[in-house]
Amino acid sequence: MSVRRVLDHRLAVIALVGAIAVALPMWFPSAYYYRIGALVFVYALAALGLNLLMGFAGQVSLGHAGFMGIGAYAVAIVPAQFALPAWLGLLAGAALSGIVALAVGRPILRLKGHYLAVATLGFGLLVAIVFTNETRWTGGPDGMTVARLMLFGRTMSSAQSWYWISAFTFIAAATLALNLVDSPTGRALRAIHDSEIAARVLGVDVAQKKLAIFTVSALYASVAGSFLALLNGHVTPDVCGFLRSIELVAMVVLGGTGSVLGSLVGSAVLVVLPQALTVVHEYETMVLGLVIMGFMILLRHGVVPTLAARAGVRWT
Amino acid sequence: MMILDIQRLSIAFGGVRAVDEVSLSVASGTVFSIIGPNGAGKTSLFNLISGIYPPLDGRVRLGGEDVTGLPPDRLARRGLSRTFQNLQIFFRMTVLENVMVGCHRHERTGILADLLHLPSVGRQNHATRERAQAALECVGLAAEAERSAGALPYGALKRLEIARALTTEPRVLLLDEPAAGCNGVETAEVAAVIRGIVGDGVTVVLVEHDMRLVMNVSDRIHVLANGRTLAEGTAAEVRANPAVVEAYLGVHTAREAMRAQA
Amino acid sequence: MAQFLQFALSGVTVGAIYGLVALGFTLIYNASEVVNFAQGEFVMLGGMTTVFLTLVGVPLAVAAPAAVIITVAAGLALHRFAIETARGATPVILIIITIGASIFLRGLAQVVFDKRFHSLPPLFGSDPIHLADASILPQSLVVLAGAGVVVILLGTFTGRTLFGKALIATASNRLAALLVGIDTRRIVGFSFAVSAAIGAVAGILITPITLTSYDVGTLLALKGFAAAMLGGIGSAVGAVVGGLLVGLMEAFAAGYVSSAYKDAVAFLVILAVLFARPQGLFGAAKPERV
Repeated sequence: MSVRRVLDHRLAVIALVGAIAVALPMWFPSAYYYRIGALVFVYALAALGLNLLMGFAGQVSLGHAGFMGIGAYAVAIVPAQFALPAWLGLLAGAALSGIVALAVGRPILRLKGHYLAVATLGFGLLVAIVFTNETRWTGGPDGMTVARLMLFGRTMSSAQSWYWISAFTFIAAATLALNLVDSPTGRALRAIHDSEIAARVLGVDVAQKKLAIFTVSALYASVAGSFLALLNGHVTPDVCGFLRSIELVAMVVLGGTGSVLGSLVGSAVLVVLPQALTVVHEYETMVLGLVIMGFMILLRHGVVPTLAARAGVRWT
Repeated sequence: MMILDIQRLSIAFGGVRAVDEVSLSVASGTVFSIIGPNGAGKTSLFNLISGIYPPLDGRVRLGGEDVTGLPPDRLARRGLSRTFQNLQIFFRMTVLENVMVGCHRHERTGILADLLHLPSVGRQNHATRERAQAALECVGLAAEAERSAGALPYGALKRLEIARALTTEPRVLLLDEPAAGCNGVETAEVAAVIRGIVGDGVTVVLVEHDMRLVMNVSDRIHVLANGRTLAEGTAAEVRANPAVVEAYLGVHTAREAMRAQA
Repeated sequence: MAQFLQFALSGVTVGAIYGLVALGFTLIYNASEVVNFAQGEFVMLGGMTTVFLTLVGVPLAVAAPAAVIITVAAGLALHRFAIETARGATPVILIIITIGASIFLRGLAQVVFDKRFHSLPPLFGSDPIHLADASILPQSLVVLAGAGVVVILLGTFTGRTLFGKALIATASNRLAALLVGIDTRRIVGFSFAVSAAIGAVAGILITPITLTSYDVGTLLALKGFAAAMLGGIGSAVGAVVGGLLVGLMEAFAAGYVSSAYKDAVAFLVILAVLFARPQGLFGAAKPERV
């Protein structure tokens, strides 16, 4: 079996991610790096969800952080207001995100191009405004603390445990995403991306497929948001702000739209970059803007697909 | 039995009637061609029949059932499929995958099963792959199955679209200029494919400019000009019709058409 | 009744600014089909540059035009380096590029200027004028007058001059314009320059009332976009009307419903328009030809 065929196989991609996840900590000089690693996998999870929507189905969402916000606040509010365990909050957040996605998805996904982009933008902003203003529930602009996750009687608060939790969850999520590629739903979505009208004419219920993947991607983002709040111990409305949504899109495009590995690469770059820039913290926003512009103009297909094309490999 | 029945179908774009009260009926198992000069409204008529444009007026009946205004995916489920003049190939998928999408309406797994890659999905993939491979053999593209669709030449892509449309198992197949841009050899291949399709019991409705192909394969021909019906009849009747000759065929093409019947 | 008038007046004032932002959007969209999210940053740059020039001793009468020129330069740079180099990109990629540009400009302003709120002295003093039972700031009248002047100038320019007609031609059909010898690249660049100027002027006029800071651009861009969508993206009249309507709706919502959710109005408007009537009030519905 040539190297190419091996890499084409989805298990190879999973094995690669798994290997990275296991090997990386060997180079971590301190616990701080576990936290960075956890953040990378958490954001990679959200980016992967968005990638399903953008890379597969060819849609766009400039408000995806809104779903992260729902997941993050659910995991904060449910224990605080209802005295229920955090993992129940995570499920509640996911359920709520799913319901919201189904509700707003149908009208929003009828739109195309920049109309769709702006509608999702509006949605994300509305979510952020709600979370900022409902101070009684959410603590307003300053946010609220999040009780730590209790799993099997142990408190999950160390960066190390979160590294493994988020890495494992990303790998599971990536497996699902890769499963989708070679499946009836996956083919239908890829068809919609290439020619919506041809997909229609072949009997694909385009609206239903788009809604389904939109909901799945919302669930991914919600779980990622919940993880973020739990590992930080704190949540503010920033988690679902406009800038976050744009960062997610940047991660997807940078890493490679439609690429699972790309979600990880994109997340790694955009999580590590601000950390590397803490010295010149003020320039963070400027650099982010330049990075987004630069990649969109020059390397539109993203890092992983460009490298993969050179190596002659197909689906990553 | 009239499998496709169009009555007084019309559509206007900003004041211009692109299709003006066109009526026609297609008998099951035949090849029905629609011809006419550029701008006559042929593709608009196709778009009306295949549910891409909602009609201003008129009725479409498929197998006796009123399907007017139904969207393309609902029509596909009732057995109406089509190809496109300007090729709507899924360029980033392989040739085989393109055709596999055609099987979509017969596939039974849902998104949850697909995400989890349950055994049923593996079985479904296998079945779909076999059907798609068979369809590719029908149009002579079996060898190209694993190639990226974007790598194929134009003529092959036209046949790919036909194979893809066929896997939906239509009762009626609309072919929009299947021989456009094809040379003589490729056109003859298209003719052979069409005859094969009809042989399998599928009704073919054709929009085409290539008179040789039209005269060769058609059972009935409908002539459109300026969005309106100009004439209808068998190949011989249409060729002899002076109005048609004047508006469209011209004396030269009429001679070509006569030769084609040889 | 007095309250109603008060809300209406403040709504119309801020609505004029939204209208100018929307006009900027429309100009660029018409010439190039690009939705320029950095439009809000032009407003921010106009205000902030003027403020900081006056802070280093430049008289206001010089600082304001200088700020407009600097903003125009930014607009031209955006066109030349970000838009022209990305030719052939899909509309979504282009929007994201302009979003990146707006983030970049915001970051730049943060570094070059600072993160505090700033104001400018109003043109005719700050004593409110009393109108029936309501009061209006003289600067509001300046804003309204300024917006009116801009609209009239733009209308005259596009209607009466050759360059203006070239702009309309490019907007209608870029290929056809190219074929008759119009340098469409210069036209598009020009539309960026004019939009930047309009934005900068709006920023300078409104700063005495609403203050300015390095991050006012984002929200302004979104509200201006809502206004453009409401009016019908592509329609200059629609942009202005849309802006006034969004401003009014916002003011009434803030006054009668809840001031906390004031900002949500614009986004609800966007969603409502997109769902109910994507072509807006004055736009033309375009059928999709296959």
